[in-house]
Order: sequence, then C-alpha cells, then structure tokens
Amino acid sequence: MTRDTGPELLEAPRQAAYRRLINLLGPMIGLILIIFAGGVAEQRMGGSLNYWSPQNQCLILTQTITVAMGAIGMTLIIISGGIDLSAGSLIALTAVASAWIVRELSPADVAATLGGFEAVWVPAVALAGGVALGCLAGGVNGFLITRLKLAPFIITLGMMSFARGAAKGIANMQRIDAPLNWISEFTAANLVLFRMNVRRVYDLPVLGEVRIDWVGPAAISAAVVVTVALAIAAAVLLGRMRLGRHIFAIGSNEATARLCGVRVEWTKWLVYAMAGAMFGLAGVTDFGRLSVGDPTTAMGKELDIIAAVVIGGGSLNGGVGSVFGSLIGALLMAHLRNLCVHLGLPNYVQEMVVGVVIIVAVTVDRLRQRRRD
Amino acid sequence: MSVPTDSPTAGSESGRAASQAAPLALRMIGISKAFGSTRALVEVDLDVRPGEVHALVGENGAGKSTLMKVLSGALQPDAGRMILEGRPYGPRGPLDARAAGVAMIYQELSLAPDLSVEENVLLGVEPTAFGFVHRSRMRSRVEEALHLLHHGDIRPGARVGDLSIGAQQLVEVARALAAKARVVVMDEPTSSLSQADTEVLFEVIHALRDSGVSVIYISHFLEEVRAVADRFTVLRDGRAVGTSEVASTPTAGIIRLMVGRELADMYHRTPHEIGEVVLDLSSLTGRKVPQGADLVLRRGEILGIAGLIGSGRTELVRAVFGLDEVVSGEVRVEGVSTTGWKPPRMLACGVGYLSEDRKTEGLAENLTVVDNLTLSRLRPYVSFGLLSRRRARDAAREWIGRLGIRTQGPDQPITGLSGGNQQKVALARLLHQEADVLLLDEPTRGIDVGSKADIYALIGELAAQSKAILWISSYLPELLGVCDSLAVMHRGLLSEKRPVSEWSPEAIMHVATGGDAEPAAEAAGHAPQGNAIDGRDPCAGEEPRP
Repeated sequence: MTRDTGPELLEAPRQAAYRRLINLLGPMIGLILIIFAGGVAEQRMGGSLNYWSPQNQCLILTQTITVAMGAIGMTLIIISGGIDLSAGSLIALTAVASAWIVRELSPADVAATLGGFEAVWVPAVALAGGVALGCLAGGVNGFLITRLKLAPFIITLGMMSFARGAAKGIANMQRIDAPLNWISEFTAANLVLFRMNVRRVYDLPVLGEVRIDWVGPAAISAAVVVTVALAIAAAVLLGRMRLGRHIFAIGSNEATARLCGVRVEWTKWLVYAMAGAMFGLAGVTDFGRLSVGDPTTAMGKELDIIAAVVIGGGSLNGGVGSVFGSLIGALLMAHLRNLCVHLGLPNYVQEMVVGVVIIVAVTVDRLRQRRRD
Repeated sequence: MSVPTDSPTAGSESGRAASQAAPLALRMIGISKAFGSTRALVEVDLDVRPGEVHALVGENGAGKSTLMKVLSGALQPDAGRMILEGRPYGPRGPLDARAAGVAMIYQELSLAPDLSVEENVLLGVEPTAFGFVHRSRMRSRVEEALHLLHHGDIRPGARVGDLSIGAQQLVEVARALAAKARVVVMDEPTSSLSQADTEVLFEVIHALRDSGVSVIYISHFLEEVRAVADRFTVLRDGRAVGTSEVASTPTAGIIRLMVGRELADMYHRTPHEIGEVVLDLSSLTGRKVPQGADLVLRRGEILGIAGLIGSGRTELVRAVFGLDEVVSGEVRVEGVSTTGWKPPRMLACGVGYLSEDRKTEGLAENLTVVDNLTLSRLRPYVSFGLLSRRRARDAAREWIGRLGIRTQGPDQPITGLSGGNQQKVALARLLHQEADVLLLDEPTRGIDVGSKADIYALIGELAAQSKAILWISSYLPELLGVCDSLAVMHRGLLSEKRPVSEWSPEAIMHVATGGDAEPAAEAAGHAPQGNAIDGRDPCAGEEPRP
C-alpha cells in the first residue's frame, strides 16, 4: 500500500470547513439575489425603495420566527432521515393550549390586560405548558414511529389530523380570547435597534429617480433573539455533541448506526420530542403574535417549514442538513412573501412564486452537489 | 481468429494494418483520465477481438470501472480515442453507447421488477404501431433473444421480480442482445449468483461469443476468468500492464501482474498464543437459524466458520452481537451471560461486529472517513458534552497510517475510497472501539488481492495481541491459510470445532453440503489450495430441516 498521503492529510480539515461554508453559500446567494432583484423591481415599478429599508428588513426577521423555530426542529428530524407533517397542527394545538391556560388562570374580572403578580406567572405557565405539550406530542410521534416501526410520514400524518382536531376541541370550534400579556410583548417588534430618519430623492444615472423613505425605528422582537440562540444551540448539538453525530449517522445509514452501538430508537424518540418542543414554542409565539388562540392557525405551515429545511440544503433522504441553512431557507421564504406585498402582487401570485422558488432552489442545490461528486 | 494483436503497445501502423485484415471489435487507444490529482487511467490501450471473451482484471482501484465508464460514455476521457468495429466511437452518454452497440451489465441488476420479462428486455425500444405497443412483435423478438441464449424456457410474460437472480441476469443479457449489442461489458456478474446460475451464465457468455458478440468480463475471481475468458488484460494503478491468452498464462502469473509483486506469503502466520475462553455459546438458537450452536472461542484464537450462504453463519454472529433475536440458549462473554443484550452493551463489553454488507450496513455512505471510523466510540473526544472534531480527526489519521488506508484524509467521504480501503476503515472502527472479540463476517469480500493480504496480516497481528477472532468466510483457502481452528455450518447446525490441520477443502465441503463430519475428517491434512466454496447455495433461504 502506498502511503503518499502526507500533504493531502494536512489539507483535510480546511477542506471540511470550506465544504460546510460552501453548503451554506448556496442558499445565502439565493437570498441575496432575491433581495437585490426585489429592490430593483420595486424601484422599476414605482420609484420607491421601501423593501430595502432597515425597518422592513427587521420586520421580515420578526415575521420569520414561527417558520424559523419550526425549521430548527424539523432540521433535526430531516437529518435523522424522518419527516414531520404534524408541525403546523402542533403549532395550532399549542397556540390554543397556551391561550386556554392564560384564560383559565386569569382572574375572572380581568378585562383586557393582566396585571400584578399574575402578569408574570400566568404567561410563564402558558409558555411552559405549550412547549411541554408540543414536546409530549412529538414524543408520541417518536414513540409510535419507533415502536410500531411505521414510516414517519404515516404516523405524523395521523398526528396532523389528530392535533388539529384536538385544537378545535379545546377551543370549542372558536378562537380563544385571552387577556394581553407578556407573550405578546415577547413576539412584538419592540426591541429597537436604532432609529433613522432618511427621506430623500436620489437621481441615479441608470435607475433614474429613487425615493428613499426610511423613517422610524428599526425594531425586532425578542423572539428573534431567542430563535437565533436556539439555532446556535441546535447547531452545537448537531455538530459538536455525540447525540448530534448519532443523529447524522442514523439519517445516513440506520443499519450502520445500530451496528455501531448507537441507540437508534432512543435517539429518534429524542429527536421527535425535541422537535415537538420547538413546534410548541412556535405555537406559543403564534399565540403571542395574534393574542388569541386560533385553532385554524398555521394551516399548511409544515410545508413551509419542510421547504425551509430543504432550501437550506437538507436532504429528505437523511444524513444531510444544517440549522443555519434552514434559517436562511425560512428567511428566504419570508422575504418572498414580504416582497410580493411590496410589489403589490396578489396573494395567489405569492403562493405560485413560493412554489417555483422551492423547486428552483432545490434543483440548483442538487446540481451543485452532483458536480462536486 | 489468427490476428496477431497480443501486444497492445504495438505501433499504430501495424495496429491499423491488423485492423484492416480483420477489424477488431473494439480498440481503446491511449485512454487517460484524471480526477483532480488522482490519475485513474494513464494511456490505457485495450483491444477486443470480435467474438472473444476478454477478461479485465486488476485490484480494486486499478481503474477497471473507470475504463468501462469511458467505454459506456458515462465519463469522457481526458485523452485517447476509441474505434468500434472500424469506425471512430465517442459516446456522449450511456444511451449513445447503447445505440452504437455497447451494452453494460452491472453488478446491481437494473431491471424493473414489476414489469414482465419482455417489457424489461425491450424497455425504451418497444416496437410500436400507432403509439400502441406491438405485443406479438415484442414477444417474438424477446423469444428470439432468449433462444439465442439457449434459454427459451424463460416465459416472456413472467414478472421479473418472480424470477431467480440468475434468471434475472439472463434477462439483462437478453436486453443487451435485443439492443443489437456488439460489445457487452459484464462487471462482476457472478457476485450475486449461485454456483448453478454461474455455470448457466458461463454457457450464456459462450453462446454470446459464438454469435459473434464480444464480451468484456470483469471479475475478482481468477478461477472464473480461467473458466470463461479467452484473453485477459491486467490493469494496475491505472495502466494496462499486460495482455495475453488465458490458456497460456498460469494463475500465479496473472496475480503477479495484478499486484506487481509475489504473494508467496499471502497467508503469512504471525505466531500467537491461545489463552483463556472469552466467548462461549451454548445451544444458541435463533428464530430460524442457528439451531443449538455450541462454540468456545479463546483469546488469541482465529476461529473460522465455513459454510454456504444461507446456512446461518451470519445469523449466528448477529445473534451473538444482539442484532438478531435469541430464542433459546446462552451467550457468555468472559463468563458473564450476555444473552439478549443489545449492541450498545455488547460494544461496552468488548465485542465488535464487522458486517458482511459493507454498502447497506457496514458503513454510512454519505459520512466521512473520520465519522465512520469513530462512530462507535465518540466518548474519548467529548469534553464537557462537546465533541472535539480535531482530536477525532487526529485519531482517525493514526488509524489511516497504521492500516495503510489509501485516502485523501479523514474528511474524505467514504464513497471516495476503493472497496478494500472502505473495508479497512470498517475494520479500523472495530480496533478503535477496542474490541477484544472480533466477529468478522466476510471481511475480504469484494476487495482486491493486495488488500486481502493486508487484512490477513492484520488479523494475525490482532491474534498476537490476544484478541479473539471469529471469522466467517466463503473462501476456503483463506480460512485454511489463516485460521487456527474451523467449524462448519450447514442449515443452521454448527459442526464441532477442530484444529485447522484436521480439515481439508473436501472435508469442509462435505460437511457444508450436509454430509457427516466423521468420515471426512480422516481425509484431512492437505495443502489448502483452490476450491473456493464461493458460498453459492441454490437452496439459500429455505427453511432449515428439522
């Protein structure tokens, strides 16, 4: 055997980091292209450039959180070779459940806003309850998948219907109104990053007249910060912890993982439970955003979430994916929707555009990978 | 057949003269192909005569597959040209190649199991009339092809998934015939065939040859090459190092060309001492097989298990390792009963298992070398819950060096390695997890001769480090050459273990095919040569006899 591998060995770690970066670069470039093209399109159509304003960019971040939180959980599942179709329904279920908790625990005489000590602990219980319920439902998914040895697609399809029904049952087929509380504050864009006051008209050589009307505070919600923190935690889990490497191994080849002593069932069960907790958190934020518990919320959201993961480089065959890629995927879709609003396109065009972008993004990504092989 | 083209390096003038006299079926001239800095093919010449079976042999990674990919248009060569039946040939893709008359038959069958034989044979080239499939014309064309292969007994209307693997392979060959192929490439066609099916395939190959079709035959088994091929070309490190008549070249000569060195000490024995009992099976019974297996394995012992595929050897070690259910009986490791323990606990008490199926079980294909190597023991690289990729990589690098694994480095995806090197990574994983009892299921399957010799030497060294080795193999020469003792399995029943000196290939075959162990053992004691069982049991998969 020849052992002339010396110099190449030294290159290897750098290659690995490089490859990871390249994998993120694809979705990133797509996002930048959309932002760029969107701004140009807006200017061409009306001369204004509000889509690019820092205020709007911050708004988009805040609008992304539900899908982004779900995508963090879904990334774990998809890397492990599974899928979860119940994400949207679990968001609705936990949103309704947390609203129900707030309503039930609030004193009867409270009209619009919680006050005093209750203002602190009641929403906290609702938050914990929502997350715990999501975790429980995800755990049930994982339990059934590993015990009944059925395809995740089937089990979570069942859970999708079951959880939606349960949400409607808890809410008695209506919305649950709850007093205003800090969960709404948590999801509202009230973390002001900076204020700016630019109102000017530029006359640029190629573009012509550009109206800049960037006035007011650029603010994000606290939930954005929490989402980023959770994403970092999930990335560390996946990349730097034993459990994470086991998740990759299971998705890559379950038989190998089992043979290497990985506790496959236990790990999968954990993955679905952790993802369920993320869906629960997304549900609680959804409740905060709407300030009512709506059992028909997040209809079809699971597909947005799965699309975010896939746009971000995740493979439905398992073994491949990245949390930050998924976040970029979620952001990309939020940008598309926001952009359509700025361009004044009707809702149906939005949906068609999102569909096209999902297919284009994934195709480009697969082409890129094929070339590398 | 009197064309003197034995020297592929002959000048182009004489080559052209020869091709005018009786045009070669195929000439590949000066084919070169590089992947990055790896030179996969270096100015390879290959001449195939019309109506000959030309074997292409070489170690894994020698460039056989790359050369055939160039031939089939799946890869474009960096340099060189090809001439097919006197006309320049440069396929842009597999379809192009097929249209020009070059058909590939791959290791993995590429048939649609739910379609019928005739639909498979003519898939994509169905005779049609006004857009409708012309059934009767389809049937007659398929029957014609099957008859040409002397297998009119296969019903054109049968569902392909219902046929045996051997018959499916014939359907593949018929597909090549129906496409009017002039050159048929077979890449390890016998790897999934029983002995009987292999013989049928050889007849079919000869029938192909007699009808004027040229066959390029790739195989690891030199016995097969001897049985089926007229001439051979050896590839080594991407170069064609020799072409000759099979009949006039001894097997040792072919091996010498393949590895570029003598393999006299192929089965080199490292002296090792046999110590106390470490694995003890008493009447171990699985769901179907094994049935009441008794076995004692000692430290420093290399214990071989021979037998036909389907005899329950794999199920035996899987039951020991906790991958398959144990219905009754007991497994003891160093005196502790581990019956029914799952793999994580078996790993913890020092038992490691190397799967026979590298592709779907042994290795995780889209992970890297370091991930595959360290997967079963990540704990040493974890501090405060965080994994140090750098330290894992350093450890992997050490094993890469110790086992001489040819790779670009720890971060190379495992699929980039040749079969032999992949197997070394799988072995390195067992060593890395510090297993004391190694359950090796066909560790040398599908790997090249050089890597095999490396693995034999490694197994000897491990025994010298007083590790206990249970080694399943279908290749008798290696069992007889390396093991201390042997047991033979037949239909779920494990024979008594005896020192290897008391076994002969004939005696093993006798027990493996259902004979009594007693009379055979007396005829033992001969040199271990030839006679691979090759594990081809036509009865594989049947219920064991009660």
